[in-house]
Amino acid sequence: MIDPSQTTDGPAIEVANLDCGYDGKVVLKNVSFSVRRGEIFFIIGGSGCGKSTLLRHLVGLHHPTAGTVKFLGESFTAASTATRRGMLKTFGMLFQGGALWTSLTLRQNVALPLEEYTTLSFREIEEIATLKLAQVGLGGFEDYFPAEISGGMKKRAGLARALALDPAIVFFDEPSAGLDPVTSRKLDELIVQVRENFGTTIVVVSHELASIFEIADRVVMLDRAEQGIIAEGRPRDLAVDSRDPRVTEFLRRGDQLKET
Amino acid sequence: MAVNPESLEARASANAAGDALEVVLAGNWQITKPRPAWPELLGAQNPARVRLRVDEVGRWDTSLLLFLFEAQQWCRVTGAYCDTAALPEKIRTLLTQLAAAHETSVPFDRSESFLTAVGLATQDTIANAREIAHFVGECVLSTVRLVRSPRKFRWRDCLEEMQQCGAMALPIVGLVSVLIGVTLAYTGAIVLRQYGGDIYIADLVGLSMVREMGAVMTAVVLAGRTGAAFAATLGNMKANEEIDALETLGIPAVQFLVLPRLLALGVMMPLLALYANALGILGGLIVAYGLLSIPPAAFWVEMLTIVDLSDITTGMVKAVTFGLIIGLAGCLRGLQAERSAAGVGRAATSAVVTALLLMIVADAIFAVLFNALGV
Repeated sequence: MIDPSQTTDGPAIEVANLDCGYDGKVVLKNVSFSVRRGEIFFIIGGSGCGKSTLLRHLVGLHHPTAGTVKFLGESFTAASTATRRGMLKTFGMLFQGGALWTSLTLRQNVALPLEEYTTLSFREIEEIATLKLAQVGLGGFEDYFPAEISGGMKKRAGLARALALDPAIVFFDEPSAGLDPVTSRKLDELIVQVRENFGTTIVVVSHELASIFEIADRVVMLDRAEQGIIAEGRPRDLAVDSRDPRVTEFLRRGDQLKET
Repeated sequence: MAVNPESLEARASANAAGDALEVVLAGNWQITKPRPAWPELLGAQNPARVRLRVDEVGRWDTSLLLFLFEAQQWCRVTGAYCDTAALPEKIRTLLTQLAAAHETSVPFDRSESFLTAVGLATQDTIANAREIAHFVGECVLSTVRLVRSPRKFRWRDCLEEMQQCGAMALPIVGLVSVLIGVTLAYTGAIVLRQYGGDIYIADLVGLSMVREMGAVMTAVVLAGRTGAAFAATLGNMKANEEIDALETLGIPAVQFLVLPRLLALGVMMPLLALYANALGILGGLIVAYGLLSIPPAAFWVEMLTIVDLSDITTGMVKAVTFGLIIGLAGCLRGLQAERSAAGVGRAATSAVVTALLLMIVADAIFAVLFNALGV
């Protein structure tokens, strides 16, 4: 496993004083944290605390009312439309339900970002799409449509699509949601494998405690009442050392679950 | 004979002792079955103290709590003392929760004052107009981008949509058009026969179909068939985060999803309108021949005396415009849909209503414009 402390480059993601919200509602205020390169970083917290909202602001699906987000040292929030489009190539995202385009086969789903952003030949694109699908264990399913595969397979296909452009950062929105524990664990292994193979920075939004203790290098914990971050650090350290009962209550339950 | 405990009804008995009343509950208390009523049990009694107790209660649920709560409320109103000490701890806890829920379940008043309603409606209208302008502008910009790099256009999607909204719509458009032609001919015959002008049925049907009814009726059919389908498809894609997935890849949804559909409708609408014109005229010709004994050749020759290329062009201009309106309304409402099943349904309805409204407005503008231009 890569030790994040060994990475000497600047952070992959820097979030400073970010205010998040939508439809006039403020969900999070003054959120600041940074994610090191090659790190598996979790955004955790109870339901409704704003984890997914924060993620949507990070990837540009919502516009923050204040604050900045920098990817690999370059400001994403202050970037022009053209620069933003260029920066979008540096990260991929796996949505909660996979969000595969239902009218396209798995191969076409993975090929689309390549068609959009590269000048590769049709044949090369097909080969890369097949390779990416094989890397997530979906070899042989290239010509299936999303409706013909299971929930876990959809997520893996979504991951293959997110990895199509070999991004430096991959975001995961609740990757374990709706999956059985075995499939969920396999997806965790896949996330670690992606980081090991490509040095990809991984940001995961989750409240799945088993995953948090198994693969997270560091976490930030959000709280609904606080409208912001209440803890940051290694999950096991927080579970043991945190003086905040909200943090220990959340994380120790996971530790107990793991021990039983 | 053994009594089936499930069959025991909910029972309540009241024993008076001085100014006190002991209420004993027994049997199975289930919300789906009838339960004793507190006023009936109480009758004309007016105790100063009510003691609640359960005895041999089998299965029980909220039904028991409702009865006890009713008794408690009566005590509160009349000032009688309600003694619940004999009730099991579990029931007392639930009773406290029920009392708390009763206190907080006051219906929330959602009514608005007239001025607030007008203000909100105005805000909505302005926001809606801004969104439409933004969407149309985005479509124009995406079109310009695609003209510069046509390789990125989704031709395959466009062809599929052409088949869906064009070829697959032929039967319904054909049927509607024939019937419109028949209706026009019948209606015209009522007046024209009185003046011996039977032959002018051909002019009436031909001109109406080519200039107006062909394009309008095709648009009405396509607004319900294709516009609603566009809205439902895009709304569903939004609910499944497929649109978000496009955005995070930097692929504009307008370029990927909207333009192929717009082009498909823009191309297929005039073709369908031409087809509708032909079948509408055929419907009129059949009625003219069957009802008024006008030979088809005479019908055709008479029609050509009044219908010329400018009339056909007029109809085609309208058809292209209506096609674009239907496509824009369907895609816009789909992209605006809320992320829920009900949201998708509302988007489909809204797409049809918006398309029909804008279409009628455009038709009226065309009428004035063509009249001014003398076309």
